[in-house]
Amino acid sequence: MSTKHESTTRTLLVALVVSLVSSVFVAGSAVVLKPIQLENRLIDKQRNILTIAGIGKPDLSSKEVKDLFASSIKARVVDLQTGEYTDAFDPLTFDPLKASKDPKLSAALPLAQDIALIKRRERYATVYMVEHDGKLDSLVLPVRGYGLWSTLFGFMAVKSDLKTVIGFGFYQHAETPGLGGEVDNPKWKSLWPGKVLFDASGKPAIRIVKGNVDPSNPNAAYQVDALAGATLTSNGVDRLLQFWLGEQGFGPYLAKLRAQGA
Amino acid sequence: MSHPTMKEVLFNPVFANNPIALQILGICSALAVTSNLNTALVMSIALTLVTAFSNLFISMIRLHIPSSIRMIVQMVIIASLVILVDQVLRAYAFNIAKQLSVFVGLIITNCIVMGRAEGFAMQNPPLLSFLDGIGNGLGYSAMLLLLGVIRELFGAGKLFGIDIIPLTKDGGWYEPNGLLLLPPSAFFLIGLIIWALRQWRRNQMEPAVFTLAPQVSDKEGI
Repeated sequence: MSTKHESTTRTLLVALVVSLVSSVFVAGSAVVLKPIQLENRLIDKQRNILTIAGIGKPDLSSKEVKDLFASSIKARVVDLQTGEYTDAFDPLTFDPLKASKDPKLSAALPLAQDIALIKRRERYATVYMVEHDGKLDSLVLPVRGYGLWSTLFGFMAVKSDLKTVIGFGFYQHAETPGLGGEVDNPKWKSLWPGKVLFDASGKPAIRIVKGNVDPSNPNAAYQVDALAGATLTSNGVDRLLQFWLGEQGFGPYLAKLRAQGA
Repeated sequence: MSHPTMKEVLFNPVFANNPIALQILGICSALAVTSNLNTALVMSIALTLVTAFSNLFISMIRLHIPSSIRMIVQMVIIASLVILVDQVLRAYAFNIAKQLSVFVGLIITNCIVMGRAEGFAMQNPPLLSFLDGIGNGLGYSAMLLLLGVIRELFGAGKLFGIDIIPLTKDGGWYEPNGLLLLPPSAFFLIGLIIWALRQWRRNQMEPAVFTLAPQVSDKEGI
């Protein structure tokens, strides 16, 4: 190579031009494709809600997911503090995650209460209901919390008695594949249906325990076997359930529903 | 160095100079994404496109790249292409993008791409470099698809997710080999394929790098 290629100005110039051209392409693709990606993420979320609520199969096409979701799921925004529904936000567009970063719509959690390690909790959350003849059939609650490496985002679906699990699963996380990542394992998820979340006094009672759950144990209905080799992820899942089912989470809302005899 | 012909650059990497089997590059992703044929195919296409276009662009500007920053310039171009592929996958093949997860991003560090950019595109004209990228992509794809077929067929009794062999759990006769779905199985398979390939094409055998010194005393270990 000739020396004129090696001068400092020349080097800087080439670096600048290459970076500029590349960044235009990268930024362009990100902007152009964003709407389609958001749509995909929304459908993925709806698919998960349907699957966890037990009314959809995971292999539905995008359009089937949208139609089924629109026809069978009713979304409402709940004020977590009072436990009342609110119509201040459109449940289809309200984004609780965005709200959790907005100082007007969320509050920082004191360390002692922040057992799920989510730092800030939004004041409003979207819940999803499956209704049958105007009566609540099942209720899907969004949950999230920190595992080992990442925040796990998922849904918990309960029957109309508000404590028996229909399905539980995560739609987004970055735990170690093969260890914590086994939260996605259908076998582990199949341990959940039928478990009971609250004890007779209405306190969260569900626990993730080490070792197989002994069915003769009187507490067996409140216990789920932890993931092998993933203690911290299992602890995280346990704590995020304690949090979202407790007073800081959906506790007040569930108490209201129970009082109404739903 | 005389220029290689188009046919050579396109087909040599498939058997004669396979990037995985002979150059032993790109093993990591070959272990990770071949447990089923779908992800293996998408990964193959993604890597082939990235290698081909990075070769093309790098070759187009090769006379202007100062040698002091040439690797960085190559990386910038490769990384941009990979981000492009990742964005397109997320938009049009969301489920597969989810399964491939980090491995699309890791094409950036796939030695094949960088190796062809530095080893071929920097010295050859654009069209030839482009074909060289396609050729090496094909070599990688051939290996990935072979692994994908073996692993999915014998590990899950399926191809592209469609049942081929009836499994015992569904009332058939085949008991799937679960090991094949785990990454280490690809390691064994790649080893066997390399062995078979070198038996077929003896010129790929490498001379031993060193010979073991003879044992001189029965107390060497003491």
